[in-house]
Parts: sequence; structure tokens; C-alpha cells
Amino acid sequence: MARAVTTQRKTLNTVLAWAVGLLIFFPILWTILTSFKTEAQAINDPPLFLFFDWTLENYAIVQERSNYMRFLWNSVIIAGGSTLLGIIVAVPAAWSMAFVPSKRTKDILLWMLSTKMLPAVGVLYPIYLICIQLGVLDNRAALVVILMLINLPIIVWMLYTYFREIPGEILEAARMDGATLKEEILYILTPMAIPGIASTVLLNFILAWNEAFWTLNLTAVDAAPLTAFIASYSSPEGLFFAKLSAASTMAIAPILILGWFSQKQLVRGLTFGAVK
Amino acid sequence: MATKASRSAARLMMAPAVVLLLGWMLVPLIMTLWFSFRKYLPLRGGDLGWAGFDNYVRFVTSSSFWPAVSATLIIVGGVLVITVCLGSLLAILLDQPMWGQGVVRILVIAPFFVMPTVSALVWKNMFMDPVNGILAHLWRFFGADPVSWLSEASMASIIMIVSWQWLPFATLILLTAIQSLDSEQLEAAEMDGAPVLKRFWFIILPHLSRAITIVILIQTIFLLSIFAEIFVTTGGAFGTRTLTYLIFQRVLESQNVGLGSAGGVYAIILANIVAIFLMRIVGKNLDA
Repeated sequence: MARAVTTQRKTLNTVLAWAVGLLIFFPILWTILTSFKTEAQAINDPPLFLFFDWTLENYAIVQERSNYMRFLWNSVIIAGGSTLLGIIVAVPAAWSMAFVPSKRTKDILLWMLSTKMLPAVGVLYPIYLICIQLGVLDNRAALVVILMLINLPIIVWMLYTYFREIPGEILEAARMDGATLKEEILYILTPMAIPGIASTVLLNFILAWNEAFWTLNLTAVDAAPLTAFIASYSSPEGLFFAKLSAASTMAIAPILILGWFSQKQLVRGLTFGAVK
Repeated sequence: MATKASRSAARLMMAPAVVLLLGWMLVPLIMTLWFSFRKYLPLRGGDLGWAGFDNYVRFVTSSSFWPAVSATLIIVGGVLVITVCLGSLLAILLDQPMWGQGVVRILVIAPFFVMPTVSALVWKNMFMDPVNGILAHLWRFFGADPVSWLSEASMASIIMIVSWQWLPFATLILLTAIQSLDSEQLEAAEMDGAPVLKRFWFIILPHLSRAITIVILIQTIFLLSIFAEIFVTTGGAFGTRTLTYLIFQRVLESQNVGLGSAGGVYAIILANIVAIFLMRIVGKNLDA
């Protein structure tokens, strides 16, 4: 910024922005705070902000009563598995489209994007039926495959936009210097591609972790991830705000932390490279 | 540069992704199309034969169709207006010089990473509960009667929850777009004496128009199919049954697959109309 900014103006900006930021963040903050209260304190009138007896009992109760770890494990497997599988399928595809483009590359990319636009509810019954026929309703492997297919277009697109930024001249230079194809891939392309692949993995893990259409409709008990576990709190018994908060905090904490690392990739990934 | 050998290798590398997506698209699509022309009731006799366009006609003439269409449009429209307007203002604010910019950005973006079932339940219980919710406390504090948000103001509540989830997305994309604006242009306008409002209207807004279009299109596609937020809050009651939710109820709850599939075909057509515009913009970007 070449302009001099008055301190007064900067102070005003700061106060305003922090106020708005805290307001937007408040529901998350409130959930985290409530998770450390007792049930009676959670519904106290007036609401208790910081001065209450901090307790960890809700976390213990949630784990004990509903076996939280099993849902967490399902989420990890489904989100991690689908991302890994997606990367394995998408890297070669994005690679070839970025480095050996043909006349049809653009059409293929746009067609892949169009499959992402298919509303899930339009194909709900066919997928449901296929799962029943194959005996994989409420099955983790089935969800891994389905979430991989849902996110595959985004993975291919993100990788493609990253790979396309690797300059072809570097490869030519390496070839001139006598690098073999193997050396070229191992020592030049791979190191340059790893940051892009890492960002793609991060964003897709987040998207798969939060996916709440197929995970709600295709799971019951065995394969239910955290999205379904939380949904089971929609018909509560008795006092449960503190327990709901503890369960929610555990479900979102890992992704909030990962998410903050991926802010920049978020824009690129979700706009299919249209905004960088 | 590409040789014949490398071209066929490229095709081979692309094959798994293309084949998988082709299968993922075609198989369920053809099944949905097929079911939509059948009288198919899995719990009451199964496939009862050809139905022609009956399902399509019955889906649009049923008494729940138009309310579902209007609920969908109100939710999508309401969330778009709120997120784009507030998102633009917030993006401009976050672009100003300040202390702790990085932290504020993190606070603003956070809701996007909260899974839909969590944000819906937290809002439903801890904020909108008519007895113990924060809003009820607030209302009582000012001497007003607490509102049963999700039954008395169900649409506004859902729009509120979904807007909270999507505001970060709009803000982040618009902020990225603002940051790519050449600051010299703004300074020149300022030196020439253009007031703040004019600078916004004639320089910032035109620069943002493409980003705003992209936000609108992408959000529309996601918003047309919101599900979890309604599933765990109202369950489609109190006038919040969207097209997506109506189809879900037809297919899985009342197990009228033929009728639900016809609805699914309508939903696919609707989404495709939006998608065509989005693809044009993205496609143009590819050539650049």
C-alpha cells in the first residue's frame, strides 16, 4: 500500500472487522464453551459466558454412551479413503491433460465438471438400489467409492490447474541436459507437483468429511460417520445442550484446524480455477 | 511436442477417471429415467408396469409441488441475496488495512468448515430453541416474547442457518477478487476526487462482477440440493419442504419410486439450466 493510512482509520477498521468476525464466529465459540458446562449451566438464564465450573464430563459421557470413537473412525476411513482413491485415479488423468493436451481436453474437463452438477437426489434411488443389490448398504467401502466419485471432478480440476502452472520449458531443459524420462518424472515433475497434490488432498478430505447427503441416506449403524452421529441428536431426550456441544466440538475441531490451512486452496478448488 | 506414443499413453492415463465418471453418470441416470416411466412401488407390489408420463404429470399436479418450488426459490434466492450483499461488504472491509487481519479472516471463514448437521443442530437448539436458546434469552432480556423460530418463522430460520454456512464462501471468493484489483486505479480515482460511493460503484463493483457471477452460480448449484439442514431441523414441516426434500420423501419415505424419479428428472433438468451458464464462464477461463 503506497498510501499513508491514518491510525484513526486503521483503528476504526480493526474494531469493525473484529466485531463482525467475532459475531460470525460466535456460534462456534458458544458451542465450544457450552461443551465444558454442566447441563444445568448450559441453559442458565442469563447465559453464562466464562464464569462457570469448567468440566470435561460431557466428553466422557458422549464417548461412553454412544461410542464416539467408532463414528470418528468411520469418518476418518470414509474421508481419507475416498480422497486417497480419488488422487490415485485423478493424478494420471490431470497429468496427461496438462502435459499432453489434445483438442478434446477442454471438452473432457467441462464434461467432468458437469457430472458434479448432477443433483444427488435425482439419482438417490438407483444408488440406494444398487447398494441393496450388492449388499453394501451401510458399508464403509461403498461410501468410500461413492464419495470418491462425487469429488473426482473437483480433484481432477484442482490438479489440472496446478499441473498446468508447471512450465514445459523446464522439462525441455532437463531433456537437453540428458535426463531420461524416469529422471524427468522423479526429480523434476514430482517435486513441483507435490504442493498442488497436497492442497488437493486437504480440500477434498474436508469436503468428504462434511458430506451429508449420501452419508445420511446410505448408512445406519456400522458405517455411520460423524455427520450421521450428530444427526441422531436431532430427537433429544431431556437436557442435552452440553452433550450436543461436546459431540459437535469433537466432530468439527479436526476439520476447523485443517480448514484454516486450506483457505487459499478453497477458492481455487471450489471455483474450478475460475478465481485464483 | 507430443508424439503419437505419448498421445496414446495420455489416453490410457485418462481412461480410469473417464470410465468411472461415465459409469457414475450414466448408470443411475438411465435407471432414474427408466423408473420415472414405471409405476414402481417397492413395498406395495414392486414394478407394476409402464406408466407413460403419468408420474411426470402427477408430480407437477400434486398439491405439494408448487409449495416445494416456491420454498426452494425462496431459500435459494434469500441465501444468495444475503451472502452476496454481506459477502461483498465484508470482503471490502477485510481488504482494508487493520491489525490482526489474518485472525479476523480465520474467524469469518470458520463456519464453512462446520459440517451441515452440526451447524443445523447448534442453531436449532442452542440459538433458536424457544425456551433455552440464546435468542430466547435475548428476547426476554428486552421484554419481548420468545419466538419459536423453526415453526413460526421457519423459512427465515432456514435461510439464516444456510446463509451463515455460505457467507464465508462468498466473502472469501470476493476478497480474492478484490485483492487482484489494481490499487493504483483506485488511488487515481481518489486523487481525482471521486467519493467513496462512486469508487465502489464504478471501479470495485465492475471488477467484482465476474466473481459475483461465479459465486451466484456455484452457490445455486449447492443450494438447490441442501438436505441435511432441513433433515435435522424441520424435517420438511412448516413449509420448508424443498424440491430436493420432496423427492427424498417420495423415494425413501413413501417408497413411490416412479413418482420420485420423475421429480428427480425435473431436478436434474433444473440443475442443468444453471450449470450451462456456469460451464460457459469456466470454459472461457480455460482458453485464457
